[in-house]
Amino acid sequence: MTWTWFHRLASPPHVYALAARLTPWFAWPAALCIAAGLWGGLVLAPPDYQQGDGFRILYVHAPSAWMSLMVYMTMAIAAAIGLIWRMKVAHAVAASCAPIGASFTFAALVTGALWGEPMWGTYWEWDPRLTSELVLLFLYLGYMGLRAGIEDPQRADRASAVLAIVGVVNVPIIHYSVTWWNSLHQAPSVMRLAKPAMPFAMVAPLLLMLLGFTLLFVALLLTRLRSEVLARERSASWIREVVSA
Amino acid sequence: MRAFFDMGGYAAFVWPAYAVTFAVIGLNIVSARRALARAREEARRRLQMQGETR
Repeated sequence: MTWTWFHRLASPPHVYALAARLTPWFAWPAALCIAAGLWGGLVLAPPDYQQGDGFRILYVHAPSAWMSLMVYMTMAIAAAIGLIWRMKVAHAVAASCAPIGASFTFAALVTGALWGEPMWGTYWEWDPRLTSELVLLFLYLGYMGLRAGIEDPQRADRASAVLAIVGVVNVPIIHYSVTWWNSLHQAPSVMRLAKPAMPFAMVAPLLLMLLGFTLLFVALLLTRLRSEVLARERSASWIREVVSA
Repeated sequence: MRAFFDMGGYAAFVWPAYAVTFAVIGLNIVSARRALARAREEARRRLQMQGETR
Protein backbone atom coordinates (compact mmCIF):
# COMPACT_ATOMS: atom_id res chain seq x y z
CA MET A 1 0.00 0.00 0.00
CA THR A 2 1.35 3.42 -0.87
CA TRP A 3 1.20 6.29 1.56
CA THR A 4 1.35 9.07 -1.03
CA TRP A 5 -2.23 10.17 -0.28
CA PHE A 6 -1.32 10.56 3.39
CA HIS A 7 1.74 12.64 2.56
CA ARG A 8 -0.28 14.76 0.16
CA LEU A 9 -2.82 15.39 2.94
CA ALA A 10 0.06 16.60 5.10
CA SER A 11 1.18 19.09 2.46
CA PRO A 12 -0.29 22.57 3.13
CA PRO A 13 -0.43 23.84 -0.49
CA HIS A 14 -2.18 20.66 -1.59
CA VAL A 15 -4.66 20.86 1.29
CA TYR A 16 -5.33 24.54 0.64
CA ALA A 17 -6.10 23.98 -3.05
CA LEU A 18 -8.13 20.83 -2.38
CA ALA A 19 -10.20 22.57 0.33
CA ALA A 20 -10.95 25.48 -2.01
CA ARG A 21 -12.01 23.13 -4.79
CA LEU A 22 -14.20 20.91 -2.58
CA THR A 23 -16.08 23.61 -0.61
CA PRO A 24 -18.91 24.30 -3.13
CA TRP A 25 -19.49 20.54 -3.53
CA PHE A 26 -20.50 20.43 0.12
CA ALA A 27 -22.03 23.90 0.53
CA TRP A 28 -24.68 23.67 -2.20
CA PRO A 29 -25.92 20.16 -1.36
CA ALA A 30 -26.05 21.32 2.28
CA ALA A 31 -28.29 24.25 1.32
CA LEU A 32 -30.54 21.93 -0.71
CA CYS A 33 -30.88 19.34 2.07
CA ILE A 34 -31.59 21.98 4.72
CA ALA A 35 -34.18 23.72 2.51
CA ALA A 36 -35.92 20.41 1.77
CA GLY A 37 -35.71 19.42 5.44
CA LEU A 38 -37.28 22.73 6.47
CA TRP A 39 -40.17 22.30 4.07
CA GLY A 40 -40.70 18.71 5.19
CA GLY A 41 -40.33 19.48 8.89
CA LEU A 42 -42.44 22.62 9.08
CA VAL A 43 -45.08 21.86 6.43
CA LEU A 44 -45.31 18.22 5.38
CA ALA A 45 -44.71 16.35 8.64
CA PRO A 46 -47.92 15.72 10.63
CA PRO A 47 -48.19 17.17 14.16
CA ASP A 48 -47.16 14.79 16.93
CA TYR A 49 -50.07 13.08 18.71
CA GLN A 50 -48.80 14.20 22.12
CA GLN A 51 -46.73 17.33 21.48
CA GLY A 52 -48.72 18.81 18.58
CA ASP A 53 -46.66 21.24 16.50
CA GLY A 54 -44.25 21.78 19.39
CA PHE A 55 -42.31 18.67 18.34
CA ARG A 56 -41.12 20.54 15.21
CA ILE A 57 -38.29 21.97 17.33
CA LEU A 58 -36.83 18.48 16.82
CA TYR A 59 -35.75 19.42 13.28
CA VAL A 60 -33.34 22.07 14.49
CA HIS A 61 -32.56 20.66 17.94
CA ALA A 62 -31.46 17.13 16.97
CA PRO A 63 -29.17 18.24 14.09
CA SER A 64 -27.56 20.88 16.34
CA ALA A 65 -27.00 18.30 19.07
CA TRP A 66 -25.61 15.83 16.51
CA MET A 67 -23.22 18.54 15.28
CA SER A 68 -22.06 19.29 18.83
CA LEU A 69 -20.90 15.67 19.26
CA MET A 70 -19.75 14.88 15.71
CA VAL A 71 -17.65 18.05 15.49
CA TYR A 72 -16.10 17.26 18.86
CA MET A 73 -15.11 13.76 17.73
CA THR A 74 -13.65 15.19 14.50
CA MET A 75 -11.71 17.74 16.54
CA ALA A 76 -10.36 15.14 18.99
CA ILE A 77 -9.36 12.67 16.26
CA ALA A 78 -7.62 15.42 14.27
CA ALA A 79 -5.86 16.60 17.44
CA ALA A 80 -4.69 13.03 18.16
CA ILE A 81 -3.38 12.62 14.60
CA GLY A 82 -1.61 15.97 14.97
CA LEU A 83 0.03 14.88 18.22
CA ILE A 84 1.04 11.40 17.07
CA TRP A 85 2.32 12.18 13.58
CA ARG A 86 3.28 15.82 14.27
CA MET A 87 1.08 16.83 11.39
CA LYS A 88 0.48 20.58 11.14
CA VAL A 89 -2.55 20.19 8.89
CA ALA A 90 -4.26 17.90 11.42
CA HIS A 91 -3.80 20.53 14.14
CA ALA A 92 -5.25 23.09 11.72
CA VAL A 93 -8.32 20.85 11.27
CA ALA A 94 -8.77 20.58 15.04
CA ALA A 95 -8.46 24.33 15.51
CA SER A 96 -11.01 24.91 12.72
CA CYS A 97 -13.57 22.63 14.39
CA ALA A 98 -13.78 24.41 17.74
CA PRO A 99 -15.79 27.57 16.89
CA ILE A 100 -18.18 25.56 14.70
CA GLY A 101 -18.74 22.97 17.44
CA ALA A 102 -19.15 25.57 20.16
CA SER A 103 -21.79 27.50 18.21
CA PHE A 104 -23.89 24.42 17.47
CA THR A 105 -23.61 23.24 21.08
CA PHE A 106 -25.03 26.64 22.02
CA ALA A 107 -27.85 26.15 19.48
CA ALA A 108 -28.58 22.66 20.87
CA LEU A 109 -28.81 24.03 24.42
CA VAL A 110 -31.06 26.98 23.47
CA THR A 111 -33.40 24.97 21.24
CA GLY A 112 -33.53 22.30 23.96
CA ALA A 113 -34.52 24.91 26.54
CA LEU A 114 -37.23 26.22 24.19
CA TRP A 115 -38.52 22.67 23.84
CA GLY A 116 -38.26 21.93 27.55
CA GLU A 117 -40.40 24.81 28.73
CA PRO A 118 -43.68 23.78 27.01
CA MET A 119 -43.12 20.00 27.37
CA TRP A 120 -41.44 19.62 30.78
CA GLY A 121 -42.47 22.93 32.30
CA THR A 122 -38.90 24.21 32.67
CA TYR A 123 -36.24 25.80 30.45
CA TRP A 124 -33.43 24.23 32.43
CA GLU A 125 -32.91 21.37 34.85
CA TRP A 126 -29.60 20.02 36.19
CA ASP A 127 -30.37 16.79 34.42
CA PRO A 128 -27.56 14.42 33.27
CA ARG A 129 -28.11 15.03 29.53
CA LEU A 130 -28.43 18.79 29.87
CA THR A 131 -25.52 19.13 32.28
CA SER A 132 -23.14 17.01 30.19
CA GLU A 133 -24.06 19.01 27.07
CA LEU A 134 -23.28 22.22 28.97
CA VAL A 135 -19.92 20.69 29.97
CA LEU A 136 -19.32 20.11 26.24
CA LEU A 137 -19.84 23.83 25.57
CA PHE A 138 -17.29 24.64 28.30
CA LEU A 139 -14.85 22.13 26.77
CA TYR A 140 -15.08 23.91 23.42
CA LEU A 141 -14.70 27.32 25.06
CA GLY A 142 -11.79 26.07 27.18
CA TYR A 143 -10.11 24.70 24.05
CA MET A 144 -10.50 28.03 22.24
CA GLY A 145 -9.37 30.00 25.30
CA LEU A 146 -6.29 27.80 25.70
CA ARG A 147 -5.36 28.28 22.03
CA ALA A 148 -5.85 32.02 22.28
CA GLY A 149 -3.77 32.16 25.46
CA ILE A 150 -0.62 30.52 24.04
CA GLU A 151 1.32 32.64 21.62
CA ASP A 152 3.61 30.02 20.11
CA PRO A 153 1.37 28.20 17.57
CA GLN A 154 3.13 24.85 17.96
CA ARG A 155 2.76 24.87 21.74
CA ALA A 156 -0.86 26.02 21.36
CA ASP A 157 -1.49 23.09 18.99
CA ARG A 158 -0.01 20.55 21.37
CA ALA A 159 -1.57 21.84 24.60
CA SER A 160 -5.03 22.26 23.09
CA ALA A 161 -4.79 18.80 21.49
CA VAL A 162 -4.30 17.22 24.91
CA LEU A 163 -7.36 19.06 26.24
CA ALA A 164 -9.45 17.96 23.22
CA ILE A 165 -8.42 14.31 23.69
CA VAL A 166 -9.07 14.27 27.45
CA GLY A 167 -12.49 15.85 26.83
CA VAL A 168 -13.57 12.86 24.72
CA VAL A 169 -14.59 11.19 28.01
CA ASN A 170 -17.62 13.47 27.99
CA VAL A 171 -18.92 12.28 24.59
CA PRO A 172 -20.19 8.82 25.62
CA ILE A 173 -21.50 10.37 28.85
CA ILE A 174 -23.69 12.73 26.79
CA HIS A 175 -24.78 10.02 24.39
CA TYR A 176 -25.68 7.39 27.00
CA SER A 177 -26.86 9.79 29.73
CA VAL A 178 -30.49 9.17 28.83
CA THR A 179 -30.12 5.41 29.24
CA TRP A 180 -27.70 5.34 32.21
CA TRP A 181 -29.66 7.75 34.36
CA ASN A 182 -33.30 8.51 34.82
CA SER A 183 -33.28 11.66 32.68
CA LEU A 184 -36.00 14.12 31.79
CA HIS A 185 -34.69 13.94 28.24
CA GLN A 186 -36.34 11.35 26.04
CA ALA A 187 -34.41 8.33 24.77
CA PRO A 188 -33.17 8.31 21.16
CA SER A 189 -35.97 7.64 18.69
CA VAL A 190 -34.04 7.73 15.40
CA MET A 191 -30.39 6.96 16.07
CA ARG A 192 -30.93 3.51 17.48
CA LEU A 193 -30.40 0.02 16.20
CA ALA A 194 -34.09 -0.85 15.96
CA LYS A 195 -36.44 0.75 13.45
CA PRO A 196 -37.00 4.50 14.07
CA ALA A 197 -39.95 5.12 16.38
CA MET A 198 -41.49 7.68 14.02
CA PRO A 199 -43.49 7.52 10.80
CA PHE A 200 -41.68 8.21 7.51
CA ALA A 201 -43.10 11.73 7.02
CA MET A 202 -41.56 12.69 10.38
CA VAL A 203 -38.25 10.84 9.97
CA ALA A 204 -37.42 11.91 6.40
CA PRO A 205 -37.12 15.66 7.13
CA LEU A 206 -34.98 14.86 10.17
CA LEU A 207 -32.61 12.72 8.11
CA LEU A 208 -32.40 15.52 5.51
CA MET A 209 -31.57 18.05 8.21
CA LEU A 210 -28.94 15.74 9.75
CA LEU A 211 -27.33 15.23 6.34
CA GLY A 212 -27.59 18.95 5.50
CA PHE A 213 -25.98 20.04 8.77
CA THR A 214 -23.17 17.48 8.30
CA LEU A 215 -22.46 18.73 4.76
CA LEU A 216 -22.56 22.30 6.04
CA PHE A 217 -20.00 21.35 8.69
CA VAL A 218 -17.64 20.03 6.01
CA ALA A 219 -18.01 23.23 3.95
CA LEU A 220 -17.39 25.41 7.03
CA LEU A 221 -14.47 23.25 8.12
CA LEU A 222 -12.83 23.44 4.67
CA THR A 223 -13.16 27.25 4.64
CA ARG A 224 -11.76 27.64 8.17
CA LEU A 225 -9.04 25.10 7.44
CA ARG A 226 -7.73 27.30 4.62
CA SER A 227 -7.32 30.26 6.98
CA GLU A 228 -5.66 28.07 9.63
CA VAL A 229 -3.23 26.63 7.04
CA LEU A 230 -2.37 30.14 5.79
CA ALA A 231 -1.76 31.37 9.33
CA ARG A 232 0.59 28.45 10.09
CA GLU A 233 2.73 28.91 6.98
CA ARG A 234 5.09 31.78 7.52
CA SER A 235 7.12 32.21 4.37
CA ALA A 236 6.35 29.41 1.98
CA SER A 237 6.50 30.39 -1.69
CA TRP A 238 3.13 28.79 -2.50
CA ILE A 239 1.40 31.44 -0.40
CA ARG A 240 2.57 34.08 -2.87
CA GLU A 241 0.62 32.38 -5.65
CA VAL A 242 -2.45 31.89 -3.48
CA VAL A 243 -2.84 35.41 -2.12
CA SER A 244 -1.94 37.29 -5.28
CA ALA A 245 -4.55 35.37 -7.28
CA MET B 1 -51.44 30.56 6.82
CA ARG B 2 -52.43 31.94 10.25
CA ALA B 3 -52.50 28.34 11.53
CA PHE B 4 -49.00 27.74 10.17
CA PHE B 5 -47.54 30.73 12.01
CA ASP B 6 -49.46 29.84 15.14
CA MET B 7 -47.81 26.38 15.26
CA GLY B 8 -50.72 24.92 17.23
CA GLY B 9 -50.10 27.39 20.08
CA TYR B 10 -46.35 26.63 20.25
CA ALA B 11 -45.30 29.62 18.11
CA ALA B 12 -43.46 31.27 21.02
CA PHE B 13 -41.16 28.23 21.27
CA VAL B 14 -40.92 26.86 17.73
CA TRP B 15 -40.03 30.09 15.92
CA PRO B 16 -37.35 31.28 18.35
CA ALA B 17 -35.75 27.80 18.17
CA TYR B 18 -35.59 28.03 14.37
CA ALA B 19 -34.39 31.65 14.54
CA VAL B 20 -31.52 30.81 16.91
CA THR B 21 -30.42 27.82 14.84
CA PHE B 22 -30.43 29.74 11.56
CA ALA B 23 -28.68 32.69 13.20
CA VAL B 24 -25.95 30.25 14.27
CA ILE B 25 -25.73 28.87 10.71
CA GLY B 26 -25.57 32.39 9.23
CA LEU B 27 -22.92 33.57 11.70
CA ASN B 28 -20.86 30.45 10.99
CA ILE B 29 -20.88 31.15 7.25
CA VAL B 30 -20.03 34.84 7.71
CA SER B 31 -17.27 34.27 10.27
CA ALA B 32 -15.64 31.41 8.32
CA ARG B 33 -15.48 33.59 5.19
CA ARG B 34 -14.24 36.59 7.17
CA ALA B 35 -11.51 34.52 8.83
CA LEU B 36 -10.32 33.36 5.41
CA ALA B 37 -10.30 36.91 4.01
CA ARG B 38 -8.37 38.09 7.08
CA ALA B 39 -5.83 35.25 6.84
CA ARG B 40 -5.24 36.04 3.16
CA GLU B 41 -4.81 39.73 3.94
CA GLU B 42 -2.31 38.96 6.73
CA ALA B 43 -0.37 36.56 4.50
CA ARG B 44 -0.20 39.22 1.80
CA ARG B 45 1.09 41.78 4.30
CA ARG B 46 3.73 39.34 5.61
CA LEU B 47 4.96 38.69 2.09
CA GLN B 48 5.18 42.42 1.39
CA MET B 49 7.22 43.05 4.53
CA GLN B 50 9.59 40.23 3.63
CA GLY B 51 9.99 41.70 0.17
CA GLU B 52 10.91 45.08 1.64
CA THR B 53 13.53 43.77 4.06
CA ARG B 54 15.17 41.56 1.49
